Amino acid sequence: MFYPVAGKMIPWFAIPAAILFAAGMYVGFFIAPTDFQQGDAYRIIFIHVPAAWMGMFLYVLMAIYAGVGWAFNARLASMMASALAVTGAMFTLVSLVTGALWGKPTWGTYWVWDARMTSTLILMFLYIGFISLQASIDDTRRADRAGAILALVGVINVPIIYFSVQWWNTLHQGATIRLIGKPTIAAPMLTAMLIMLAACWFYSVAVVLIRLRCIILEREQNAARFAEVNA
Amino acid sequence: MLRWIVWRDLTLAWRRRADILSTVFFFIIVVSLFPLGIGPETQLLRSIAPGIIWVAALLASMLSLNRLFANDHQDGTLEQLLLTPQPLFLVVLGKVLAHWIVSEVPLVLVAPLVGLQFDLETETLRILLISLLVGTPVLSLIGSVGAALTLGLRGGGVLISLLVLPLYIPALIFGSGAVEASIMGTAPAPHLSLLGAFAIVSLIFSPWATAAALRISVE
Repeated sequence: MFYPVAGKMIPWFAIPAAILFAAGMYVGFFIAPTDFQQGDAYRIIFIHVPAAWMGMFLYVLMAIYAGVGWAFNARLASMMASALAVTGAMFTLVSLVTGALWGKPTWGTYWVWDARMTSTLILMFLYIGFISLQASIDDTRRADRAGAILALVGVINVPIIYFSVQWWNTLHQGATIRLIGKPTIAAPMLTAMLIMLAACWFYSVAVVLIRLRCIILEREQNAARFAEVNA
Repeated sequence: MLRWIVWRDLTLAWRRRADILSTVFFFIIVVSLFPLGIGPETQLLRSIAPGIIWVAALLASMLSLNRLFANDHQDGTLEQLLLTPQPLFLVVLGKVLAHWIVSEVPLVLVAPLVGLQFDLETETLRILLISLLVGTPVLSLIGSVGAALTLGLRGGGVLISLLVLPLYIPALIFGSGAVEASIMGTAPAPHLSLLGAFAIVSLIFSPWATAAALRISVE
């Protein structure tokens, strides 16, 4: 059983996550130079961009786990998918909220129907659909499989949605507001962003493992207790 | 087999004509509410008409999706269908086709009439008709996945819209895009081609996904 292994792995990811967060924040706030166009407001990028990446990536990962769980009847993979869904939705929400907060000082508005923002919003809807589908099915086996189908259909749809939104945007009004194009990003900025990305990674692994342990406990109470006593 | 399923579902639907009518009237009422909420400026209404009509079509098709498998599930017919030697793919395709004829085609036929409320020109109405004709099969196809996944769940009606509406977005974009292009005087053909491509993709994947979902829901 994976339960005790997961328990041992959690600190190995949680502690680096905390350290990396601290380091990333430090580099981001104190070392990275102030952007000459956007001032200090741009610093929200250090949480915004990693969160957006994680949101997208975790969806694909979730779909893969769900698919594996369905195809090979691997319960652990399905539980992993359920555990990933919440974290992914959280990151997507974070990227939306920070994006809105960033948009206010730089673009002058909290929200524009820009292609990326719109597709991130739709990604959030897909996460919500997955979570609410699983939540409303009592039989866990059925919940896993139904979630797998939904996630896979979503994964096929994600590129289509992305391109359709992009074309919709360009066809409607032309890109009126664009991310201010910087030819190259200053090295400390990039460093801070990568550190934060790594921090988000470790954080995700740690949190997903914790959530996975909860799910295991919930679903296989007897087996998990037994393993814990033996460990 | 395919023809038999379609014929059977059409017969069943014909015996309950009120259901078809209620979907159509829902569509008409929703579309008519918008001018009341927004105000009667013709220019403004004309420019938002494509979006409104398409969104109303999406919502109206949500209403009938619940019935796609639910009745057969309740009286046990669905289990019998799953046990037939024919591929489930075909059964699903037949049921989706019947659903399209029963629930979507009436909307498509009413749409030009509704479009007149928004002062659309004849050419635009023609594009609206074509875009709905190409796009509504997508709604039935993708909707069938949602219907199969939520079969027999509590609160299935609301849940199905959470699952399916985000997946409808490309159809909405290209469909209303075509109509809007026609209003603006540019070529609607690219939008219609993309909509057709999306319809073909969903024709390939959806019945398969629906068949898998049905097997999961009924076991």
